[in-house]
This record gives sequence, C-alpha cells and structure tokens, in this order.
Amino acid sequence: MTIKRLIIQKTSLEKFFDVLIQKGKTIYAPKRKNEKINYEVVNHFSEVCDDYIQTTQSAKSIIFPRTEKLFNYNKGKGNITLEDFDPDQVPEAVIWGVRPCDAAGFIPLTAIFNWDSKDEIYNTRFEKTTIIAFSCTSADESCFCTSVGGNPGNTNGADILLTGMGDKNLFLAEVITEKGEKAVSFAPNLFEEDPGIEKEKYLADLPKQFNQEEIKDKLQAFFESDLWKKQSLRCLGCGACAYVCPTCACFDIQDEVHGKEGKRVRCWDSCGLSLFTLHTSGHNPRSVQSQRWRQRLMHKFSYMPQRLAVYGCTGCGRCSRACPVDMNMLEHLISIQEIQK
Amino acid sequence: MDELRKRAHELLQSGEVKLVIGYEQGNGNKVRPVFITNPEDTAKLIFDSRCVQNLAVYLSKPEVKTIGKPAIVATLPVLRTIIQLASENQLTDDSAVILGITPDGALRNFSTLEEIETFINQFEIQLEERDKKIIEQINQMTPEERWKFWVDTLTPCFKCYACRAACPMCYCTKCTVEQNQPQWIPVPSHQLGNLEWHFMRAMHMAGRCVDCGACARACPISIPLNLLTKKMMEDMKAQFGEYRIAIKKGNPMSTFKPEDSETFIR
Amino acid sequence: MTDKNIYLPYLLKIEKITREAPGVKTFRLKFVNEEEGNNFNFKAGQFGEYSIFGKGESTFCIASSPTRKGYIECTFRQAGKVTSALASCEEGSEIGFRGPYGNTFPLDEWKGKNLLFIAGGIALPPMRCVIWNALDLRENFGNITILYGAKAVDDLVYKNELKEWEERPDVNLITTVDPGGETPDWKGQIGFVPSVLEKAAPSSENTVAIVCGPPIMIKFTFPVLEKLGFTPENIYTTLENRMKCGFGKCGRCNVGEVYVCKDGPVFTYEQLKSLPAEY
Repeated sequence: MTIKRLIIQKTSLEKFFDVLIQKGKTIYAPKRKNEKINYEVVNHFSEVCDDYIQTTQSAKSIIFPRTEKLFNYNKGKGNITLEDFDPDQVPEAVIWGVRPCDAAGFIPLTAIFNWDSKDEIYNTRFEKTTIIAFSCTSADESCFCTSVGGNPGNTNGADILLTGMGDKNLFLAEVITEKGEKAVSFAPNLFEEDPGIEKEKYLADLPKQFNQEEIKDKLQAFFESDLWKKQSLRCLGCGACAYVCPTCACFDIQDEVHGKEGKRVRCWDSCGLSLFTLHTSGHNPRSVQSQRWRQRLMHKFSYMPQRLAVYGCTGCGRCSRACPVDMNMLEHLISIQEIQK
Repeated sequence: MDELRKRAHELLQSGEVKLVIGYEQGNGNKVRPVFITNPEDTAKLIFDSRCVQNLAVYLSKPEVKTIGKPAIVATLPVLRTIIQLASENQLTDDSAVILGITPDGALRNFSTLEEIETFINQFEIQLEERDKKIIEQINQMTPEERWKFWVDTLTPCFKCYACRAACPMCYCTKCTVEQNQPQWIPVPSHQLGNLEWHFMRAMHMAGRCVDCGACARACPISIPLNLLTKKMMEDMKAQFGEYRIAIKKGNPMSTFKPEDSETFIR
Repeated sequence: MTDKNIYLPYLLKIEKITREAPGVKTFRLKFVNEEEGNNFNFKAGQFGEYSIFGKGESTFCIASSPTRKGYIECTFRQAGKVTSALASCEEGSEIGFRGPYGNTFPLDEWKGKNLLFIAGGIALPPMRCVIWNALDLRENFGNITILYGAKAVDDLVYKNELKEWEERPDVNLITTVDPGGETPDWKGQIGFVPSVLEKAAPSSENTVAIVCGPPIMIKFTFPVLEKLGFTPENIYTTLENRMKCGFGKCGRCNVGEVYVCKDGPVFTYEQLKSLPAEY
C-alpha cells in the first residue's frame, strides 16, 4: 500500500499511547534503568525515555525472545504426549520508539525464519506486533545506517514512522502498512492531514561511509585472506555483539526437564562462541576465532545477500558499542573496502 | 609513554619477544588492546587513565600464544593476575616479559615473578566507595530482599559470556557450562539459568578473583557482576583469614589446612 | 506442513533394535500415529532430527529405503549425550523425529547407468537407503558394485545385509578390512578402501560413483576415482556437519554460503570443490 502521511501533536501522541494501552496492547518502549536504556513493558507515557541515540539492546527479543518454548512433553505412563505451542497465548504488542535501523532489522529476521519452511512461532509474534518507529535527529560515531541501504528517516520495516519537527511538539506520522493503519484507526481524531512537511531537514546527517555491494563482491575472494586474523586478534569470543544485534538470529535448541515433564526451547546462540560448530567427535570446522569472525562478517555481508536477497546488517552500531574490546563493525568494513585487489 | 614505546621497540627489535600486547587508541574515546609484532608499530602504544582492560586474558588465548613470546603492558590488576596465573601453573618466569606500569604511571621492568609478587603486596585491594555502599546495602537486607535483589539484577542477563571471556582467570578450555553430560548449568537464558551461571562462576572465583573489574566492564548491559566476586573475597577473608596472592602459597580453596573452619558442614 | 509447528516432532516407536557393531545400533521405527505414518514420504539421501525428550536431538540420515513402506530406520554410533540416551532405549520406547530434511540422491537421473557405491565404516548407513532403493528398482540400473570397508571385521555394519548382497548375482560386493583388522576366517579383501578400489579398477564408463566415509578415506578415494576416469559431476557424496534445526535457520551448518541441511547433504565432487575448506 502507498504510505499515508498524517501529522500528530505531541499531546495527541500521548493520548494515542493511552488508547493503545486501553485497547489491551502490551507496549514495549525504551526505559532508563541504571545507566542503560532498554525496551521494557511500560504502562504510562511518562515512563518512555526519548533522550538517547540508541538503546543498548535491540527490540528483537519481543518477537524473537532469548528463550522460546517450542512445545511441552509429558512422559506420563509409558507413552509420550506433546503439547504444541498455543498462538492464542501470544499477546498483542506494540514496540514504541524503535529507530529506523531497528525496524529495518526485522526484515532479515523475518526472511531467515521464513526461508522455505515457515516458523509459525516467530510469525505469530511478528503478526501480533505493531512497530512504531521514531526517526533519528542525531547519530553517533558507531552509526552507519546510510552505508547499508538505510537512513535516519527510513520507513522499511516499520508500521508507523514518526518524525519529530524541530522542537518535537509536532510529528509527521507516516502510516506504512495495514497494521499501522489499524493502529491509527483506534484514534483517528488524533491525526490530521499532512500539510506537506519535508521531513529530511529534521533528520540526522549521516554521510555514507562504504558501499555494501562493493564489499559483498570483494568478500567472495577474501575467504582465505589473513585480514580475518588481523581483525579478530583482540576478539574475546563472547556473544555480546550477536545478542545486542537486531538481525542476528542464530539459535540453539535445548531440552529442559522437570521430572517426567519438560519442554524443548529455542534459545539465542552466537557463531562467535567456540562451541557453536563443535562436532560430538571433537572436530570443529571453526576452531579459531578468526574463522568465527569471518563467519560473522561474511554471513551478514555475503551469504545472506546471496541466498536471501537481504543484507544482515542495518547499521545500528550496537555491536560496536557493546564490544568490550572495540571490535567496531564500521571500522572493519571500511578497511575491507580499502583493500586493493 | 615514550619510555614504554622505547622499551617495546627494543624488545621487538632484538627479537627477545615476538609480540607486544598493549593499548592503542580505539574509536571515539575508547582504548583497546593492540598486538604489535613490528617494531615500527610501537608508536601506536598509548597509556593513560582509560587503559583499564585486563590484558592478561590474552596470555592464555591460543591464537595469541602461537605468535610467540609476548611482552605485556601490566597495570596493577594485570600484575596481580599474572601472579595468580603463576600460582595456578599457567605462567612461569619465561612466559612473558612484563612491562609494569606503577599506579603513578611510571614504567617498571620486572625480571622475575617474585619481584612482581613483592611489588603487588604493597598495595591493598580496596573496594571503591560505590561498591562499598551497595555491599553495605545488601548486607542490611533480609534473605528474601537479597534474593529479590539478585533475581532482579541477574534476570536481564542474556548469557553472552562476555564476563567469562574478559576474565583472565576463566581460562578453562572447556567451561562447566559447556559440559552436557550432565548439563550442570542450563544453556538458555532465563531466571534459573542466569542465577545458576553467575553463582557458579562466583564460586569458581572464590579465592582466585584479583578484583580487576573486567567482568563488570565487559558486560554489555552493565550488570554489577563484580559485586558477587568482591563479596566472595570478603567471605573468603572471613572464613580463611587474610590471604595474599602468592605464587607458592596455594589458593585457599585448593589447599587444605587442619585449622580451616568447616562451618559449611554444620 | 506449512501450518504445523516445524519444531514439533512426530512420535515414533522403536519396533526393533539391531546391534551392528560395538557402539553402533540400528532402530526400526514405526509412527505412533498410523495416519501420519501413511502420509509420510521421503527420498533416499534425506535426514531427520531424532530426539529423546529431555535430552535433545541428534542428526542421522534415514537409513531405510523409501520403497519400503510402514517404517523408517536409522543407524547411529553412541558418541555423545543424545546418542548415549538413544543407545539405552529398549524396544517399545518412543522417540521423536523431525524430517525429512535435505536434498536427495538423484536416482531418476541415474536411470540406465551403472552404480558404484563406496563406503567406509559408519558411513555405510547414509548409503544404505540409496543402495536398497536402487536394488528395489533393479531393472532401472546397469551394473551395481558395492565396495565397503571398515577398520576391523567387527566394525562392519549391516552384516546380514552384506551377506544378502554377496549372494545376489546382480550385485558385485567387495568387502575389505584395514590391514590388521582381519580375523582368521575372513574371506574378504585386506587393505584400505582407496587401494582396494584402485586394485578392483571398476569401469567409469556410464557409471556414477557414490562415496561416503571418514574424511581421510574420502581424501584418498577421490583421486583414485579421477584416475579411473570418473568426472567430478559423476561422483556423489553426503556431508555431515553440526546441526540443530535441520532447515536452514539456526545458522550453524553452513560451509560458506552453502547450507549442508538445505543444499545438501548430498553433493557432487564438483560442488564440493567449490566449497571453502571449512567443514
């Protein structure tokens, strides 16, 4: 559908928030706790934090939780019964206040979980979640959305995108999808027609720093290069970058037992951890960190575009901010771009 | 800084070491570990108050060990780590050249581990005011309140294991969480799994933690993990008396003395 | 299949357990739900995720032929947590099964050709499905040769079926054990598979070779096949890698951009040559 452009006053925005709560939606919004800002369930508009460039964790855990139950089993009296996932247990949710890079992050996630076979659990959560994004008026040195096909006012992946004008008392509301339209229909009187606002002048200025198509083509020839060793020597091999990333989807499947009952769960995993590809025989195809670092980068910038026609990075910069030893994605990509053949 | 660079240059030039592990300027205002193999690159080395990451974690990393004998820039926490690692038979006098940095920021060369041990024992491991306050608060809590405090603090953890990766004492090639026969600690991240992981790790750190703070600094969501390990240190002192990090003395938890208090048996 | 929870397994009952070799067992499995069993279809080469509820899942190929209805079989070696739990199951126990996943041996393309099967040790199971599939449709193929070797006589799997294959006039079976692995009454060959292959020198004319074995065996068998005149697109193998989901989502089994669970596990030598060395 074509994007519908409306405007909404700040006071009406608060009312819109309340209407969504009244309609029974569970709203996840950025909330400040200790020194970090992360997505939590909020009940009141005043709890929402809007004074930040980027949250520490992404919003993917709302649709792709850290631990997701796949089914229950009961070993009762000799024979086994299985209790399937119940889609009705999934609440209607709204993610309020994601950045365009986070909204765009759901695109590769959805692509992975629907590659040929469809993950019904992921899709149920995704379909029941409305994503309301806010454009960025500023960026920091870790951001690079413009280099990966995004921009601070991009509508990709969002259901509604709000761009604050100047002093943030008026917002341009772009309604992008049917889900967004449905949300607006709960309180149509709060929105007015767009008089023709140019949102570009309110967005952060973020120059493009590398060409991702060029990098994808270069990477094909770089599998055996020693650049991976050089880049990854300080990498500690933890999962911090993968877990804060809005597009990382790698997971593990584990069984949890409680006597004769139990459940099988899907939980986050990271290709950076040494155990990820370890065979029971003891053989590990990726036994050193440079191979694992190569997998991370090539998966996002080479394998995914080749197989799924979508890049695995939206330039949010969280990996660079979270890394204890400054493995900065932007820096590494620029240095790959600069390698002469 | 110039002295440090000069010394690093000397060591690489003469071939006494193949690698210098130090700090360099990162992105923005960050500093980060650097691995220098070329004498010309020693110009990259910096040292200032931002340089707090514990570089000793790289001494046990296979990818670094294959490069050859290293020289390592060592602040006080790193020096303590080196002695603790030596007491656990992970390092000897010849494992690395130590480029010590005193608390005043001066370069000090150490030729033996004993020298380092004498040096570090001049300094007490002090709790920072902020941590002292929180520990006091926790000590005032009832058991139920304390349980709630730790559940609230640890449930957001998503088991990225950055704390383990950054801790130089976590050098086990196969961590307890990686055992699956049996699966001692659940793999997924949820309340129970997180508590078990952190409590287990704190127990493994008892008597070994050198209070470098790397774990808490590495945590991407700023969980104050070091409180657990610091509390362990206080408990160790209370149970087993004052102990110093020492090469030959043996760790309180891995040596038995007849006079050890056995309150856990009661 | 699209609305079903893709992580939810079928329930299968162990009908028969056969001890093949030390630590190696074969399970014959029947679907607990008969209707599911009747609707279940697969092709030779595909694999599944077999599970013990409470322990986890493990990846094995389906070792029986799709021409045989009413059951599926798997053969595995006790190696880790899940396989040890499977090994301690008794007949009548129920296990979980997800599948079939992966690509298949292109038997239709091989019609009218000669087939040369080469397997080593515990790698005969992934080939057993396609061997029986071919034998059940015998008139579709020319000469069928099976070369199978193991470390020692006791390590040979499917001992009864080896006897059956030996007695069939329309199959040429060569069995071998590594030097030192023979018993006094061993009547087969003695030697490593690649050297026995070289000695037997089967013709490559209009022939497809299917090879499966430990990496070291494969490494030395491919050059022999090429020497005998086999072209890389006519040599097939099946790969293994660490897997969890089995359908391309968990991100674990890829070798470069190729996912062993989706693009494999069956690959030609031609395809293998273009893969990066990361498996």
